[in-house]
Amino acid sequence: MYKAKVIIKRKKSILDPQGKAAEHGAVLLGFKNIADVRIDKQVEFLVNVNDEETAKKEVSEFCSKLLSNPTMEDFEINLEEIDEV
Amino acid sequence: MKFKFGVVVFPGSNCDHDSYHVLKHLLDLETVYLWHKDTDLQNCEVIILPGGFSYGDYIRTGAVAKLSPIMNSVIAFANKGGVVFGICNGFQILTECGLLPGTLIKNKNLKFVCKDIYITAVNDVSLLTKSLEKKTLMTPVAHGEGNYFTDEETLKSLEQNNQVLFRYSSKKGEISETYNPNGSVQNIAGVMNKNGNVFGMMPHPERSSDVSLGKTDGLQIFNSLLQNFIN
Repeated sequence: MYKAKVIIKRKKSILDPQGKAAEHGAVLLGFKNIADVRIDKQVEFLVNVNDEETAKKEVSEFCSKLLSNPTMEDFEINLEEIDEV
Repeated sequence: MKFKFGVVVFPGSNCDHDSYHVLKHLLDLETVYLWHKDTDLQNCEVIILPGGFSYGDYIRTGAVAKLSPIMNSVIAFANKGGVVFGICNGFQILTECGLLPGTLIKNKNLKFVCKDIYITAVNDVSLLTKSLEKKTLMTPVAHGEGNYFTDEETLKSLEQNNQVLFRYSSKKGEISETYNPNGSVQNIAGVMNKNGNVFGMMPHPERSSDVSLGKTDGLQIFNSLLQNFIN
């Protein structure tokens, strides 16, 4: 079994309004060194298969079909093999 | 000749009744609601995907709605040339399922924008805009994610294929950033697919159609659709 951690990131060319708001908050708090804040999404789930290749394929398909929108987002997949839960 | 319209109802749709009211009561058309769990389009000739917050906008606006059983039928219908019109959340669903290019991201100013604005039709040939009595129309917008975005290449192809329907403008039809309520690229408020049978727009013509609301410009869009569909 695998534990998947997927990070969904807005493409660099796309404005991240939440990141901008956090950046503005940093200025209001007096931080002078914080810049280029980007707020991404992390999704965690289990994949009930025993080989990494199949896990990767399934996770990637799940990401492209639902978790991310290819027009505006990219995704990164991290897989960790775990014992049955 | 009578036409049959279908208004899809997703959990979280909130403009389904407005659309139904315009079609059924103002335009006297045969209109039915289509439940998201059904797959039968009941021989409707035009499908409306209404505004709202389908599935709570979870994951992304329209991301879960596109997987509804009814959407398989709507996609097949559209691919065969059937007319599909998405308004607000309906537009978001159409971009999510790939029937329309681009996507709708959070408004540039981070605010939920809810007000009457002006849009100008920039397309003389589409079913929705061909027979408008005037080019510039007042319609309400009500959205947090209405910022239309495409990459450069898609934008170029949209322009080349004359797929842009409306742009945000002044009352006089002047198109500039000043009148852009959400940061949409090139002030785009509505687009259609290449074949000219799938339409999406963020403003709400169904909320500006009934004279009792004091604004009726939106009705022109439905009338244009009807008039040209018949022909």
